[in-house]
Amino acid sequence: MIRFILIQNRAGKTRLAKWYMQFDDDEKQKLIEEVHAVVTVRDAKHTNFVEFRNFKIIYRRYAGLYFCICVDVNDNNLAYLEAIHNFVEVLNEYFHNVCELDLVFNFYKVKENTSSGQTGQSHVFAVP
Amino acid sequence: MPAVSKGDGMRGLAVFISDIRNCKSKEAEIKRINKELANIRSKFKGDKALDGYSKKKYVCKLLFIFLLGHDIDFGHMEAVNLLSSNKYTEKQIGYLFISVLVNSNSELIRLINNAIKNDLASRNPTFMCLALHCIANVGSREMGEAFAADIPRILVAGDSMDSVKQSAALCLLRLYKASPDLVPMGEWTARVVHLLNDQHMGVVTAAVSLITCLCKKNPDDFKTCVSLAVSRLSRIVSSASTDLQDYTYYFVPAPWLSVKLLRLLQCYPPPEDAAVKGRLVECLETVLNKAQEPPKSKKVQHSNAKNAILFETISLIIHYDSEPNLLVRACNQLGQFLQHRETNLRYLALESMCTLASSEFSHEAVKTHIDTVINALKTERDVSVRQRAADLLYAMCDRSNAKQIVSEMLRYLETADYAIREEIVLKVAILAEKYAVDYSWYVDTILNLIRIAGDYVSEEVWYRVLQIVTNRDDVQGYAAKTVFEALQAPACHENMVKVGGYILGEFGNLIAGDPRSSPPVQFSLLHSKFHLCSVATRALLLSTYIKFINLFPETKATIQGVLRAGSQLRNADVELQQRAVEYLTLSSVASTDVLATVLEEMPPFPERESSILAKLKRKKGPGAGSALDDSRRDPSSHDINGGVEPTPSTVSTPSPSADLLGLRAAPPPAAPPAPSGAGNLLVDVFSDSPATQPGLGPSPEEAFLSELEPPAPESPMALLADPAPAADPGPEDIGPPIPEADELLNKFVCRNNGVLFENQLLQIGVKSEFRQNLGRMYLFYGNKTSVQFQNFSPTVVHPGDLQTHLAVQTKRVASQVDGGAQVQQVLNIECLRDFLTPPLLSVRFRYGGAPQSLTLKLPVTINKFFQPTEMAAQDFFQRWKQLSLPQQEAQKIFKANHPMDAEVTKAKLLGFGSALLDNVDPNPENFVGAGIIQTKALQVGCLLRLEPNAQAQMYRLTLRTSKEPVSRHLCELLAQQF
Repeated sequence: MIRFILIQNRAGKTRLAKWYMQFDDDEKQKLIEEVHAVVTVRDAKHTNFVEFRNFKIIYRRYAGLYFCICVDVNDNNLAYLEAIHNFVEVLNEYFHNVCELDLVFNFYKVKENTSSGQTGQSHVFAVP
Repeated sequence: MPAVSKGDGMRGLAVFISDIRNCKSKEAEIKRINKELANIRSKFKGDKALDGYSKKKYVCKLLFIFLLGHDIDFGHMEAVNLLSSNKYTEKQIGYLFISVLVNSNSELIRLINNAIKNDLASRNPTFMCLALHCIANVGSREMGEAFAADIPRILVAGDSMDSVKQSAALCLLRLYKASPDLVPMGEWTARVVHLLNDQHMGVVTAAVSLITCLCKKNPDDFKTCVSLAVSRLSRIVSSASTDLQDYTYYFVPAPWLSVKLLRLLQCYPPPEDAAVKGRLVECLETVLNKAQEPPKSKKVQHSNAKNAILFETISLIIHYDSEPNLLVRACNQLGQFLQHRETNLRYLALESMCTLASSEFSHEAVKTHIDTVINALKTERDVSVRQRAADLLYAMCDRSNAKQIVSEMLRYLETADYAIREEIVLKVAILAEKYAVDYSWYVDTILNLIRIAGDYVSEEVWYRVLQIVTNRDDVQGYAAKTVFEALQAPACHENMVKVGGYILGEFGNLIAGDPRSSPPVQFSLLHSKFHLCSVATRALLLSTYIKFINLFPETKATIQGVLRAGSQLRNADVELQQRAVEYLTLSSVASTDVLATVLEEMPPFPERESSILAKLKRKKGPGAGSALDDSRRDPSSHDINGGVEPTPSTVSTPSPSADLLGLRAAPPPAAPPAPSGAGNLLVDVFSDSPATQPGLGPSPEEAFLSELEPPAPESPMALLADPAPAADPGPEDIGPPIPEADELLNKFVCRNNGVLFENQLLQIGVKSEFRQNLGRMYLFYGNKTSVQFQNFSPTVVHPGDLQTHLAVQTKRVASQVDGGAQVQQVLNIECLRDFLTPPLLSVRFRYGGAPQSLTLKLPVTINKFFQPTEMAAQDFFQRWKQLSLPQQEAQKIFKANHPMDAEVTKAKLLGFGSALLDNVDPNPENFVGAGIIQTKALQVGCLLRLEPNAQAQMYRLTLRTSKEPVSRHLCELLAQQF
């Protein structure tokens, strides 16, 4: 099960945060910072998976953006890794060559697109 | 500024976002935001009614401001208004605003319920989906209460559109996870299972997610899903890559759905129906075959999707653990991945193989990859991959390859990352112990560990090596020789000094014959390290020195010189000072015989679960690595280790006869309360009890000291001679227990605190704590009158031969108790063997000149020494069967004396001391428990079962233990309680 989704740039600015567990605001901020610290130090030869507290983070980097999904430890790593890619393809299709600024200016569309993505369905990211 | 790509863009919003991005400082940003907020507020308040577009635009700006981290205190009503718009884009922004802000303003929920209801009933699929997404996104209990009952209907309605069904399933899943009690099970559940047959793959995917979650609580209600899932899976797996069109991802048909179906199947055992099983095995084989086929695309997406299915298939094969052929094939497949150029695959293969190694069918196959795994440990760049390799080596280790694996792990340890060193140390220590054929190899390995990674060798590890050396006399000489050599290194780790100090103190005599390690050489070697060590280590070394005085009388003068030095006797650290003072006195006062008894070699430690294993489990268990959970510690693990570890304090009271000193000798009245040899164990038990505050200070060492002072006139007893408390009168001196003594005793079988006795003169309160075979009891004697009691003397008496079963050490109390005052008496209790009768408490005093005397039963019953044991149903029944001799069982059928309340019964059984085991007895009304009675001489395992019969108001109680009298006695004790 997905616990949260984060899209961050290299500087640690959050471009999308989607929570599927109850956290208070301080806790969210702490998680955002921790994820950033964990993910940005890894290089391309490393795996796309990091253990994180009692969960794990599946992440992939696209240009300057890190797409991170936090899931349970026994979840299927590759399935979520490809879910990320699928999502990026959908964004790309929708924005015609998506870039970070698209997500900034169209935050309200991206938010909506992920609103039902709670279980990593193949087509939940489809734009209405 | 990038062009907004679709027609519904809002120019004003884009301008605003650009402005914010162009702000040079935080102040400028805040200024711009405040200007915008003022603008929006005036628009919302203005006379002119806003059109939908403007409302949407302003709400969206507010949302953006909120997401930047500013509070929003208006605009909610406008957002709610947007919900009733008929335009999708307006409605969508309204819902978005609410989903994001609802956590900070739960009053919003009531305002929007109506709008959501309307949209759910609208039959417009897009609107229904928006409403469902909103419910799911908020996901709160209030949402559940309002809508949980409606959603199942939408989900299974024949006329719902596919997209609506899909959203409804996910929405229900979210609500169920948040508050399972709000989602009513009912006839819809059967129809949900049939969604697995739906034409629409999106609906199937959503349904599988929902069912996987629901079936965990109610497996039986959903078991028909197994055959449906198998046939669905079979259709996907055997389909051509073009069959599923939209749901084919880089030539892989429906990868996510396949993974989900395979996960659903892991909720159940292998199908019983042969046809279904055959079909499933065929699927699994097809997946394994496909892994061998050449890839249809060079893209990583293709191989990832394909391998996602493959790994899930292997998980299912491991879950079934019944098809040797498939297990071995899975292992071979993973073996290929071990050398794959993709790091991800190597990582996952190592991880997956770890579970394969524990299956008897594939353990051997996993072992064949040992060289590759060792290589991974040496060469992988990513620390998490190396960690998996270390895990796998640990999992595949057995007697045949232990030496190789342990030596590789030791070699790796020299360069290992700091983050995983401690875990590797634990693993090496466990493997070395578990597979040690000769113990000299074990000792070498552990000393190597300390040499290579001393900082990461936790206390458990070096405690354990001491336990093993103490318990195995074949290795003691070797250990002494090896530590002696290791200590000669110019720089050696402090842990090495600890182990060396302890071992030489116990077994230094075994190597003293060699002139190169003669007693003076040993001593000066140890003492050369002394000054660089921490306080704890120096304390341990002082204990070694006093042991040397006993082992090697020729070193006595030198050591006394060291102890006498100002740096010891006046050390700022109280522990060191105390040890120096006590040891010095001990060495000069006590005769050689006394010294030999006090400083005798440590007795063997009782064999229990390895404390290192417990530590590793704790590390790996839930909470490991989580900053949030660090404070959560398993309290039971302390019990496991507490009694076994030779902590520095027990080192100083090393032999059973030293215990005699501490436990049985009545100290002079002025001395602090006499601690027992296990004082350090008990201190933390009682630390929350305010009554003990004054008595907490003394450590076992003080016992030495107080014992060594000339005995006070009132206790003319020998130091060591008589194990019975000297102050005790013989049993003939006291009267029989009062008639109600048994009844009073029964009140305390299931509890430890309360009022033991009360009459017009006197009240006696009890407070007690028990751990393992030790206990401490506080008796509070309250004088209820206004007149002083004189010659007040409470004593504990052991009838019959009880004193060989139970040692109770009492402290004298003041012989006068003022009117209205209370005095406290501390009792240290040690259970030596199982016993049936409790000790007696005799209280005598003079009240107004008249002698008063009272004899009670002390509330110490055998069940106080229970240690609860958790076990699974299977283990329980296996043990139950093992205890099937007729004399091992005691049974009693009796009438209920109290109302039959399950909660009260539970509390009583827990108070009795056994663990309560759920889901063991097929009848949920029955209670099943298990525990071990800890005595010094032996442990008695106990299983119990209590079957209430509410109609007859009767109980049947069955006890099975390994000792006949214990079964009967426990049965009688417990039967009185209901």
